[in-house]
Amino acid sequence: MDLCDLSIHELKAQLEKEEITVEEVLDSFLQRIDAVEDKVKAYVTVTGTEARERIRAELEGSLAGIPLAVKDNISTEGIRTTCSSKMLENYIPPYNATVVDKLNEAGAVLLGKTNLDEFAMGGSSESSYFHETRNPWNLEYVPGGSSGGSAAAVAAGEAAAALGTDTGGSIRQPAAFCGLVGLKPTYGTVSRYGLMAYAGSMDQIGPITRDVEDAALLLNVISGYDPKDSTSVKREELDYTAFLQEDLAGMKVALPREYLDLVSNPEIKESVLAAFKKMEAEGAKVEEVSLPHLKYAAAVYYILATGEASSNMACYDGVRYGFRSKEAANVAEMFGNTRSEGFGEEVKRRILFGTYVLSANSYEAYYVKAQKVRTLLIKEFEDIFKNYDLIITPTTGDTAFKVGTVTEPLESYKMDTFTVPVNLTGIPAISLPCGFSSKNLPIGIQIMGPQFGDGKIIQAAYSLEKILKLGNKRPELEVAQ
Amino acid sequence: MSREYEIVIGLEVHAQLATESKIFCNCSTQFGAEPNQHTCPICLGLPGTLPVLNKKVVDYAIMAGLALNCTINGYSKFDRKNYFYPDLPKAYQISQNDFPICSDGFIEIDTEEGVKRIGINRIHMEEDAGKLVHEGSIDQATASLVDYNRTGIPLIEIVSEPDIRTPAEARAYLTQLKQILEYIGVSDCNMEEGSLRCDANVSIRPLGQKEFGTKTELKNMNSFRAVERALEYEVERQKKVLEEGGEVIQETRTWDDSLNKTISMRSKEEAADYRYFPDPDLPPLQVDKEWVERILASLPELPREKQERFVREYALPEYDAGVLTDSRPLADYFEACVAEYSDAKAVSNWIMGDFLRLLREENLEIEEVKMAPANLARMLQLMDKGVISSKIAKTVFEEMFKTGKDPEKIVEEKGLVQISDASQLEEIVLKVIEANPSAVEDVKNGKDRAIGFLVGQVMKETRGKANPGMVNQILKDKINSL
Repeated sequence: MDLCDLSIHELKAQLEKEEITVEEVLDSFLQRIDAVEDKVKAYVTVTGTEARERIRAELEGSLAGIPLAVKDNISTEGIRTTCSSKMLENYIPPYNATVVDKLNEAGAVLLGKTNLDEFAMGGSSESSYFHETRNPWNLEYVPGGSSGGSAAAVAAGEAAAALGTDTGGSIRQPAAFCGLVGLKPTYGTVSRYGLMAYAGSMDQIGPITRDVEDAALLLNVISGYDPKDSTSVKREELDYTAFLQEDLAGMKVALPREYLDLVSNPEIKESVLAAFKKMEAEGAKVEEVSLPHLKYAAAVYYILATGEASSNMACYDGVRYGFRSKEAANVAEMFGNTRSEGFGEEVKRRILFGTYVLSANSYEAYYVKAQKVRTLLIKEFEDIFKNYDLIITPTTGDTAFKVGTVTEPLESYKMDTFTVPVNLTGIPAISLPCGFSSKNLPIGIQIMGPQFGDGKIIQAAYSLEKILKLGNKRPELEVAQ
Repeated sequence: MSREYEIVIGLEVHAQLATESKIFCNCSTQFGAEPNQHTCPICLGLPGTLPVLNKKVVDYAIMAGLALNCTINGYSKFDRKNYFYPDLPKAYQISQNDFPICSDGFIEIDTEEGVKRIGINRIHMEEDAGKLVHEGSIDQATASLVDYNRTGIPLIEIVSEPDIRTPAEARAYLTQLKQILEYIGVSDCNMEEGSLRCDANVSIRPLGQKEFGTKTELKNMNSFRAVERALEYEVERQKKVLEEGGEVIQETRTWDDSLNKTISMRSKEEAADYRYFPDPDLPPLQVDKEWVERILASLPELPREKQERFVREYALPEYDAGVLTDSRPLADYFEACVAEYSDAKAVSNWIMGDFLRLLREENLEIEEVKMAPANLARMLQLMDKGVISSKIAKTVFEEMFKTGKDPEKIVEEKGLVQISDASQLEEIVLKVIEANPSAVEDVKNGKDRAIGFLVGQVMKETRGKANPGMVNQILKDKINSL
């Protein structure tokens, strides 16, 4: 096992004992990138030179010398930030996202910007303008999305951990597909300042890590009130590592039966039910509950998210930055051609869909109605959390799929039913590895908690991780020596 | 045959708020900077940036609401108004759609039939857009440049009820609104710099008909006069359409100031669908009672209140009080004078007369006037003491106004002290009587006007320095004793 296969806390421990140096750590990751990036294609931009420059200074902080990757829809000053779109192919932001400033202050070393579905719209990372990212567990499969680059990078040892963003499952689903831990914090816990919006009412930045402890470490760094983000929440700052305790005794867990009904791969059902058994053996109490409005979740999500997206994508008009079409006789044509040529198909589809649902003639029937159902869902989840500490479900209905096999948008949208309720309701959720399919593809289990119950889900995930004992299984990539 | 029509007008006024920084970022709002000097990632709408509401903007919007007799809503929210234009960096404007900060207010205007109340439907907050500069004329320009300095400058939009019935009332409403906004200091209301803009909705209906006629929206009026003229034109145009058996089309029309007419811009069908929806980046705005009370406590006296107080406290005619309270600086100047000199009417006469005349001639703002209010008071005291005549006072006043010097100093330097020495005056009076026998005869025959002529002659001899009261008395005594 190389240094680049270690978790953050393992690297920290060795660095603190001075058994290894920051240079050795960085070298290990950069060598891995050299060796496998051709196949995995996790990154849009690798910042090896900048990383080497950075470690020449004495780094301090809780992530001192830890090489991390950041999803390429998070603004980095002086480093191009593309959202994996032709539209921003050469866009170099003049400012850092708050989370990037926080990582820098904590001493982390940025290895690069990871690939995503264009503007985070998708669940496979196939809609990137630049390239498809592959699943390190099997290169014929997708790593999931939209934070597929972040997940693939961590799974392949191309970063110790990464930041992803999650609007409808974009952290948890790729984490599940790549055998990693993915945490979507409570809405408002992590500043969105500098996160290039897909749907601001649901977007949230979170960590993708090798284990739960790393997720807590990263959340400690990136969370906190930010006066630059009016939706960030002012509350007492927590030390999330304090929740790294093995204790499930008396924990009341709700299992919504509608979730199990949606699972298409029986191996997932088996794996998750086996996990429940083990939790019960540790003193947790699992009960089936009902979430009758779950069946509307994906529809509600796609109405609200695309409505917001149609407005958020409007700034890409070719006037100030990014791509501008050369073919235009006037301003209207410049707008039209720029957007026709600069956006990919899925982004255009969502812009059109969103524009439609916000239009005067359909606003009431779609947008307002969806907002009402969103309120119902929030109520439904609140009601469950009155009686239960956690809701636990499979993260996905199936394991990762083969590149190029999911081509129907609706098919892909429906898959999101597992993850979107968390974004619609603003609650925190974490996905962690639960087992492997017969094809040796990872299976994820999703733990949801009540609003601001981030500590609670970290504790449950940490405990579950310990009892599942999946070990440090890593994908076996044929590494070019 | 021409029918009688009733005119229905509603006005939408955009006023830039006089805050130091923009509505959603820290950039300066100062006018006249180099293009794009006052910009940052937020007001340029760079990907990933987020708006943070400037609380001062809310203060000012509440203040405007209170001054315009509105209800201040405890809950209001921000929405996005989506449209593409190069001067709009995010391609949406953050505004307030269905839950504005203020609603249900009114303004009182003076009309020939007396005081009339014009309802205010709502006041909402929003951000301004940037400015396009075309290289060459707009239709032939090969390139356009964008200046985003104005982007994000806070605006309030004040929407009236359709209570206005004549173009003149529309102008009176605007004048009154501008006066109030200036008084409370929330906007400098400078139409030339674009800090006050007005759109008008106008329709006509046969007298007695309850339903409104089809309205047109008028844009591009750059002065109150233009608003009045555009409305006058549009009303006549609509009448003509109806009388010729046609129908008024709901549309937006632009006022062409040089052609003196409104021109169709776009029809209802072509109107943009702004796809308003709640801005997910800004939580709803909660304004509690304490906030409103804090603003209420800081609300200055409003023009009408001040006018009434001037009549009551200084026993001034309504007219004087109206002129003096036209602007807050003028009213303040007047009150500063009255604090030093108690004859308010005398002060009022000087301010309404020579002061405003010189202000106009010199093209000055009151804040730029060099003459201290106390000096006007001291000049009036010099008149009371008989040191200078009212005629001399005019000279002293003008000198004070232009130089800011003390009145005593001016009198001394220019040798303007009034001649109140009886023997000296008698000498001159006798000379005048001798030189003007026919006027003297007229006085004797009871023609009072002739005495004025003789006083004038004495003044001429003394270059205005003679004490006019004494001259009058001496003249009468001498003529009677002839």
